[in-house]
Amino acid sequence: MDQAALKQHFEEILPGLTFPENKQYPEVIVPVDKLRAFCDHLKNSQELLFDYLMCLTAVDWNDHFMVVYHLSSTIYHHTVVVKTRIGNRENPAVDTLSDIWKTAEFHEREVYDLFGISFINHPDMKRLFLEDDYGFPLRKDFTDESRMIVK
Amino acid sequence: MILVIDVYDFSGLTQAIDKSLKAVMSPGWATFAEYVIIGLIFLIFYAILGLFLVYAERKVCAFIQNRLGPNRVGPLGIFQTIADLIKLLMKELVPIKNADKLLFNIAPFIVIIASFMAIASIPFARGLQALDFNIGVFYIVAVSSLGVVGILLAGWSSNSKYSLIGAMRSGAQVISYELSVGLSLLTVVVFAGTMQLSEIIESQANGWWIFKGHVPALTAFIVFLIASTAETNRGPFDLAEAESELTAGFHTEYSGIRFAFFFLAEFMNMFIVASLATTVFLGGWMPLHFGTGGVFNRIMDFIPPVVWFFVKTGIVIYIMMWFKWTFPRLRIDQLLTLEWKYLLPINLFNITLVAFLTLMGWHF
Amino acid sequence: MQDEVVKNIILGEDDNYIINVGPQHPSTHGVLRFEVSLQGETIKKVIPHCGYIHRGIEKMSERLTYPQIIHLTDRMDYLSAHMNNEAVCLCVEKALEVEVPERVLYIRTILNELNRIASHQLWWCAMGMDLGALTTFFYGLRDREKILDIFEESFGTRLIQSVNTPGGLMQDIHPGFQKRITEFIKYFRKKLPEYDQLLTGNVIFRERTEGIAIMTREDAVQYGVTGPSGRASGLSCDIRKIAPYGAYPRVSFKEVLRTEGDTLARYKVRIEEMYESMKILEQLTDNIPLGDYTAKMKAVIRLPAGEFYQRVETARGELGVYIVSDGNKTPYRIKFRAPNFSNLFVISKLAVGYKIADLIAISGSLDLVIPDIDR
Repeated sequence: MDQAALKQHFEEILPGLTFPENKQYPEVIVPVDKLRAFCDHLKNSQELLFDYLMCLTAVDWNDHFMVVYHLSSTIYHHTVVVKTRIGNRENPAVDTLSDIWKTAEFHEREVYDLFGISFINHPDMKRLFLEDDYGFPLRKDFTDESRMIVK
Repeated sequence: MILVIDVYDFSGLTQAIDKSLKAVMSPGWATFAEYVIIGLIFLIFYAILGLFLVYAERKVCAFIQNRLGPNRVGPLGIFQTIADLIKLLMKELVPIKNADKLLFNIAPFIVIIASFMAIASIPFARGLQALDFNIGVFYIVAVSSLGVVGILLAGWSSNSKYSLIGAMRSGAQVISYELSVGLSLLTVVVFAGTMQLSEIIESQANGWWIFKGHVPALTAFIVFLIASTAETNRGPFDLAEAESELTAGFHTEYSGIRFAFFFLAEFMNMFIVASLATTVFLGGWMPLHFGTGGVFNRIMDFIPPVVWFFVKTGIVIYIMMWFKWTFPRLRIDQLLTLEWKYLLPINLFNITLVAFLTLMGWHF
Repeated sequence: MQDEVVKNIILGEDDNYIINVGPQHPSTHGVLRFEVSLQGETIKKVIPHCGYIHRGIEKMSERLTYPQIIHLTDRMDYLSAHMNNEAVCLCVEKALEVEVPERVLYIRTILNELNRIASHQLWWCAMGMDLGALTTFFYGLRDREKILDIFEESFGTRLIQSVNTPGGLMQDIHPGFQKRITEFIKYFRKKLPEYDQLLTGNVIFRERTEGIAIMTREDAVQYGVTGPSGRASGLSCDIRKIAPYGAYPRVSFKEVLRTEGDTLARYKVRIEEMYESMKILEQLTDNIPLGDYTAKMKAVIRLPAGEFYQRVETARGELGVYIVSDGNKTPYRIKFRAPNFSNLFVISKLAVGYKIADLIAISGSLDLVIPDIDR
């Protein structure tokens, strides 16, 4: 399916989505509470079959977080970028997708480790790389006491 | 009819030493002096042979791996092992917390004592054999299986999970393969009609058993080579000390001279097993004869038996080293499958065949 | 209290024996810890613990300019260093819509394939060594030295070339480059069948690898396993075919696929990939077009605001570079989707029910490079 057809299909499933501008892949921003159902549909629908989660990451935009999912289909070879916007900075949380795509389990642990975004219903919500009292380094307001990154 | 030139008979020499000792002191003391002399000779022989074997292994391994091996310490690197020995002696003996101290210290000695006892009964030439029991073969097999006690003690008393796993694997392996070793030796015992090592060699004066015993002796030889490599924890069966899996297995926690004991004992076990194969299948110190009499046999007799013995043992040791550095390692369950499902039935069938052939007289 | 602590360390839940493989271990090839829960010799659970070599490459990159980031990417999967570099360069060039000269495309692809062969050779010799055939280590390294000599002659470095820059290369190749590659291919084509006989045909090796740890295509997709490990399960995931870049559209090569999914299949896929790489090299080496080795770029590279994603096939799988730019000369956020990160965690599914010796064979066949997992 090409970009336009995908966007139309998404509009049909869940009206009211935002489609930011992206030359490369179709991008869609989904509200946090509808994320799980949307992704479930993306994986299981016969026309879409997005069975391969390429990349799961988060970006800190100073007043909100954006969790970014790059999805692809190994059958149809189309790609889509799904994003959700988390406004809460003290306790950011979003539903886990680890039972839909197994690889999400470990990518989500990494996001929790580096950003502090916790994933609800994750089977093993623990940090992956860093110690428990380290802080969340990839946030923009992280102060680096050892001053390794000096500018 | 024995056709080996009598000049190479050592029993004359040993009788002369015995007589001169008895002339000087009472018979009890003379015997004691003989024990001491033989013990010293064997200690020195053991140590020197160990050094030489380690050097040989490193050179063989290096040439197979397309490199040169030790070539700096001494001409062609022959003093490398001595340098390593000095280094090992100077190392700190790291004490292990919570280890069973008595067993931890005893384990290397048990392994060395077992292999030492077995070496004492190897015949190097006619008359040059320390212990000549009439149950020679049985004695060697029994005594070399004491080594497994040392390995199990080492693994247990190290108080480390890796060591324990290594020791358990090794224990299962050694106990299983003892069967194959014993049964394959039994074929030649049935052919020769005796268990005494010097008698077995004398019976090969008209040809080695591997030729005279054709099919069953050849099968038994191959089975013996495989089983004895597994007995000594070498070659493709070295998962008890598999470096890439268990970081040295049962001797992980040993350092310095204690580790040197395990290391040395492994090489000497290889020597014992190779010399047993030589003695039983390849004629020991007996030169290559075909039938009795003839010019060929007289020519062969000129080479001293000691030389024959060491060359044959050397070839068997080389074969064992060769396939250590070529094959990957077997997993423990594959190893035990090999013994119980393949080697043991082959051995049992072989023994029946040998018994039948001996009855019928269908061997040379 | 002390006994409680000790009991938890020695015996896990269900009273299984817990053993740590790593972080220092001769076989893990990097600092990685497997917490293995055993019952006798059979594995009940494997939990990988990573993070021993986490260096914060993504955070550091937020303060570095784009040409500087390239030198950090070398150190992620250091055996396919050139492909990591190329991923960042391609992403930047795509964002700036820069057209690189033909010569650059050819040289980059040739270096890719040389890196792939060198990486697979190192994997082969390490796998043999892990399984106990210690001789294979020396044979594999001997051949790898010839490739490293080619790199050293042209660029001065052996393992990590660092010759890429957005827009092209930092310097041109040595005049003897093409001749040496042709010589190498002739030499290597004779060696590979010999290695096949030595290791692949060996009965003991087959017993250790055939039928062990079967990964189905479904597992591969769910866990995101790409690269040769995924292709051994029948998953067609070669980025050189799905989204070609560089000079790949101009060469013809086969995507090596197998369906068995066991350790032996993963082994065979890599051996066959070496043949395919040599085929690509033969098609490209004698035809490098003359021209510039770099396009004209500004002194300070600023990406336009927006998000860009580039996929590249490294020796171990699909590397994804995701750059979020806000118009400055440093990225706002850069994320590396590392192939080894996804490949690692499938071990906790594959190794269950096999023996410890098999764990070594499985992790060898998945070909993990640990710095890539932790970044």
